[in-house]
Amino acid sequence: MTPDLSVRLGSLELQNPVLTASGTFGYGEEFADFVDLDSLGGFIVKGTTLAPREGNPYPRMAETPSGMLNAVGLQNKGVDYFIENIYPRLKERRSEVIVNVSGACVEDYAEVCHRLAALDKIHAVEVNISCPNVKHGGMAFGTTTAGASEVVTAVRKAWPRHLMVKLSPNVTDITEIARAAEGAGADSLSLINTMLGMAIDVERRRPMLSTITGGLSGPAVKPVAVRMVWQTSKAVKIPVVGLGGIRTGADALEFIMAGATAVQIGTANFLDPAATMNVIREMHDYCVRHGIADINSLRGII
Amino acid sequence: MKYDLEFDIISKASPAPGFAVLRLRRADRLPLPPVAPGQFVEVEVPDSRHTFLRRPISVNFVEPDGMTLWLLVRDAGEGTHHLCNLEVGRQIRLMLPLGNGFGVESRRRTLLVGGGVGVAPLLYLARLMDEAGNRPDVLLGARSAELLLQIPEFNKYATVLTATDDGSAGHHGVVTTHPAMTSGEYDLVCCCGPAPMMKAVAAVARARGIECMVSLENMMACGLGACLCCVENTVKGHVCVCTEGPVFNINQLNWQ
Ligand SMILES: Cc1cc2nc3c(=O)[nH]c(=O)nc-3n(C[C@H](O)[C@H](O)[C@H](O)COP(=O)(O)OP(=O)(O)OC[C@H]3O[C@@H](n4cnc5c(N)ncnc54)[C@H](O)[C@@H]3O)c2cc1C
Ligand SMILES: Cc1cc2nc3c(=O)[nH]c(=O)nc-3n(C[C@H](O)[C@H](O)[C@H](O)COP(=O)(O)O)c2cc1C
Ligand code: FES
Repeated sequence: MTPDLSVRLGSLELQNPVLTASGTFGYGEEFADFVDLDSLGGFIVKGTTLAPREGNPYPRMAETPSGMLNAVGLQNKGVDYFIENIYPRLKERRSEVIVNVSGACVEDYAEVCHRLAALDKIHAVEVNISCPNVKHGGMAFGTTTAGASEVVTAVRKAWPRHLMVKLSPNVTDITEIARAAEGAGADSLSLINTMLGMAIDVERRRPMLSTITGGLSGPAVKPVAVRMVWQTSKAVKIPVVGLGGIRTGADALEFIMAGATAVQIGTANFLDPAATMNVIREMHDYCVRHGIADINSLRGII
Repeated sequence: MKYDLEFDIISKASPAPGFAVLRLRRADRLPLPPVAPGQFVEVEVPDSRHTFLRRPISVNFVEPDGMTLWLLVRDAGEGTHHLCNLEVGRQIRLMLPLGNGFGVESRRRTLLVGGGVGVAPLLYLARLMDEAGNRPDVLLGARSAELLLQIPEFNKYATVLTATDDGSAGHHGVVTTHPAMTSGEYDLVCCCGPAPMMKAVAAVARARGIECMVSLENMMACGLGACLCCVENTVKGHVCVCTEGPVFNINQLNWQ
């Protein structure tokens, strides 16, 4: 028996549920020696902003127990560079290519999405609402229902195809934000982004990151992410994409059983450049071992 | 082309207290992929409860058989401690070859300068330069004589000069006060070592109008140019040390 791993995410048909997480897989090409890019469900490229960004000063990374902190700060060459120099290569890919969009104000998000709308091979954007809102004292859009709904409403007007909204876990009740994004027109939700964390080098008596605080990712966040996916998938009708610490096929299946339609692999790509291939193979093997003909039958069984 | 391969530790030596040289051969016994001097590998640290990411380590040497690769590791923390204590016969996984590497100079008079574990990439470079008919001078620096690394190996491919902080071997003082640095006739200096030492060497080379290449050791997560964690602030802005480096011409760096 060959189990069917394909899933439908709103208007997107994915050959399997495995996507790559933004900021951890570059533009895919960096991993081409290790991964058959066309056998992924899809990949989500780096956070893209209206203007080029240099990101935060070094050091931007610190290893922590079963995970890492990062403070890359959305370094990227801007949406126009993406359109002119990167898209022409990516559009030849067979798997879905999803662009992760960030902004410092609502108008930036809408303008980036407006420019991306001209690229017909980009069937979806993932809107990162964890960014600080510079007009409102730097508080992240994704931490209030009003902020989330303002961004999603603006992007909905500028973006005609699948709109995935990526939620921040740094909130008291993620289901409130999830419902606000759904109400403003999101087609799917992805969660979780990194959790705000901090680490100190006690010998040098200095923070490990130039920005003092940063985003925690990796297996350390997985139980929090599974819990949030479980809560969110019960609170909304649109599909949920789960991520946070996934390293193995069993990890990915945890998210699917908790209610996710698809998953993303992030930090695990740094441990094993072929992590995505292993996850797909292990999910396939699980289905064979348990006589599961269609992976969709496992979704939300908890 | 990059690879992620299992290697067997076929032998191990300690060139000085707190350092280990691991000699590795592919578990499948196939030849190594082409590796340039100055390129590095990302090593998985086996059975370590406290480390998470791989560790970037320079290619110290490739034996002329094209099968055997050396890593010179300094016990600097959890991950490198584990690597230094692996037994012969163990397998470890290496992603390689990564980064740009040093060019192999076949004509210009070249001084290689290594401090501490920074001598690692210079040994393989010395062999290839010697084979190209341009035997280099190598200046090795350390706190004291017993911490000077791999001198017998360097002697095969280079003219070895030394400097120690305590004067227990060679020139008494840091490498930048060695006559080779202050008045030696060179066209090029290739340097790897602790950041303060590389900055001092770069300053001397710049003042004397000698071209200078340095190998940086920024902290890395992916080693592939994907995560943007390892950036160095250069004249071109933030660039990834893992893909555009680790070797840079000092003119590219904002070090003045
Ligand atoms: C391109 C490159 C080539 C390198 N080549 C060699 C080599 O040939 N031999 C060798 O022994 N080491 C080499 N290093 C340094 C080595 O990667 C670090 O010493 C190692 O990652 C530290 O890991 P740890 O778990 O032992 O230490 P940790 O417990 O993680 O940290 C211990 C100390 O090491 C420092 N440290 C952590 N990561 C790095 C890093 N990437 N560079 C420098 N210091 C670090 C930490 O700030 C801390 O003070 C190289 C680094 C790079 C980037
Ligand atoms: C180095 C790094 C860079 C990241 N950059 C982005 C980004 O640009 N946009 C975004 O939405 N998320 C970004 N993330 C968050 C990841 O996409 C993901 O949400 C998070 O790391 C949790 O998943 P993981 O534990 O599988 O890595 C980044 C994460 C890391 C580690
Ligand atoms: S270590 Fe990830 S980009 Fe260099």
